[in-house]
Amino acid sequence: MSTLRLEIVTPERKVYEKDVNMVVVKGVAGELGILPHHIPLVTPLKVAPVKAKIGNTNEFIAVHGGFIEVRKDKVVILAEAAELESDIDVSRARMAKERAERRLAQKQADINAHRAEMALQRAISRLETAGDK
Amino acid sequence: MAKGMREIKRSIKSKQNTKQITKAMEMVAAAKLRRAQEAAVAARPYTDKMKEVISSIASGSGSSKHPMLISRPIKKTGYLVITSDRGLAGGYNANILRKVLNTIKENHKSADEYAVFVIGRKGRDFFKRRNIALVEEITGLSDSPKFSDIKEIAAKAVQGYVDGTFDELHLAYNEFYNAITQVPTLKRLLPLGQIQSSGEKADYEYEPSAEEVLNVLLPKYAETLVFSALLEGKASEFGARMTAMGNATKNATKMIAELTLTYNRARQAAITQEIAEIVSGANAQQ
Repeated sequence: MSTLRLEIVTPERKVYEKDVNMVVVKGVAGELGILPHHIPLVTPLKVAPVKAKIGNTNEFIAVHGGFIEVRKDKVVILAEAAELESDIDVSRARMAKERAERRLAQKQADINAHRAEMALQRAISRLETAGDK
Repeated sequence: MAKGMREIKRSIKSKQNTKQITKAMEMVAAAKLRRAQEAAVAARPYTDKMKEVISSIASGSGSSKHPMLISRPIKKTGYLVITSDRGLAGGYNANILRKVLNTIKENHKSADEYAVFVIGRKGRDFFKRRNIALVEEITGLSDSPKFSDIKEIAAKAVQGYVDGTFDELHLAYNEFYNAITQVPTLKRLLPLGQIQSSGEKADYEYEPSAEEVLNVLLPKYAETLVFSALLEGKASEFGARMTAMGNATKNATKMIAELTLTYNRARQAAITQEIAEIVSGANAQQ
């Protein structure tokens, strides 16, 4: 089975670098499954978990926005923040989710609502990555 | 003579204390410098990659008419100044602040023509003292800052350009050459100008469209440039502090050596005088 190299880079460090069989991401225009020899592509990403398939196992990485660059045998995801499954603090994410939901329910000024919405998305993405839905 | 001796001794002791402190600060700065340099290197792939993608879009699709790429008549200028929170770093803060202040004085007649964003307590206090209004300030950054720490101020500065609040954005920071050389630099961040495409050009598909992708990427790229300038500024800060404290330690050592010599001379003189007194006393009794 052919592989492609997946790299996830943030301004602080390289979070992930592995040969995988398939990458599944959520782009702004919809979900994408990328196999080796995909046509070169660039698209921004939504805040959502990225799924990397290696053999029969799946690895999840929480990627907060950013964008993806696809080449023939290489996929690079550039994001402002990204966390591996093992780095996620589930209880903290759950608290953040509740807090964001409360704020959204209160409906304050527009900026706050936007920020709460983003925080909620991040928290949900983290929880999904950690397998706690 | 005994009184002078005690004073010299006290002065030696105080210099020794100072030397201990400066020596410790030098070593701490050296350790932090290494870490800051590593952080600056670790951030490079991100910036490089982003530049590569942007240049291939801008050169490929002919959509280089994006407002962030082309310059427009300048009515108001934004400055983003990166300084440190703490002093004792030689000319680190003074150099960059003087440079910014001179540039502002030369190029602008009234306060309406510029807007200042500042990172670091030293810069904030400097501009506050001179009654220069700050649009946004951030202080108390950690020694290894995260992107999220400065995201807000960077985004605000970039947004100000996009909204047309000001027509160019300059970035002022200390460029890091090596541990003993840091050069205060004033660089135009926006408009980005024509980005040189480097090497191979891949023919990408863009989703949803090249313009949309560029709209998302360009502000991010500008923010990333601010972040790498900050990391470089941090490395410069520690380099400057290391050098300054190294010099202070050297000076203290020299002063201690000189004072010890004076002290020993004074001691010798006192002994000689005592002997002379005893001898003359003994002679007088004969």
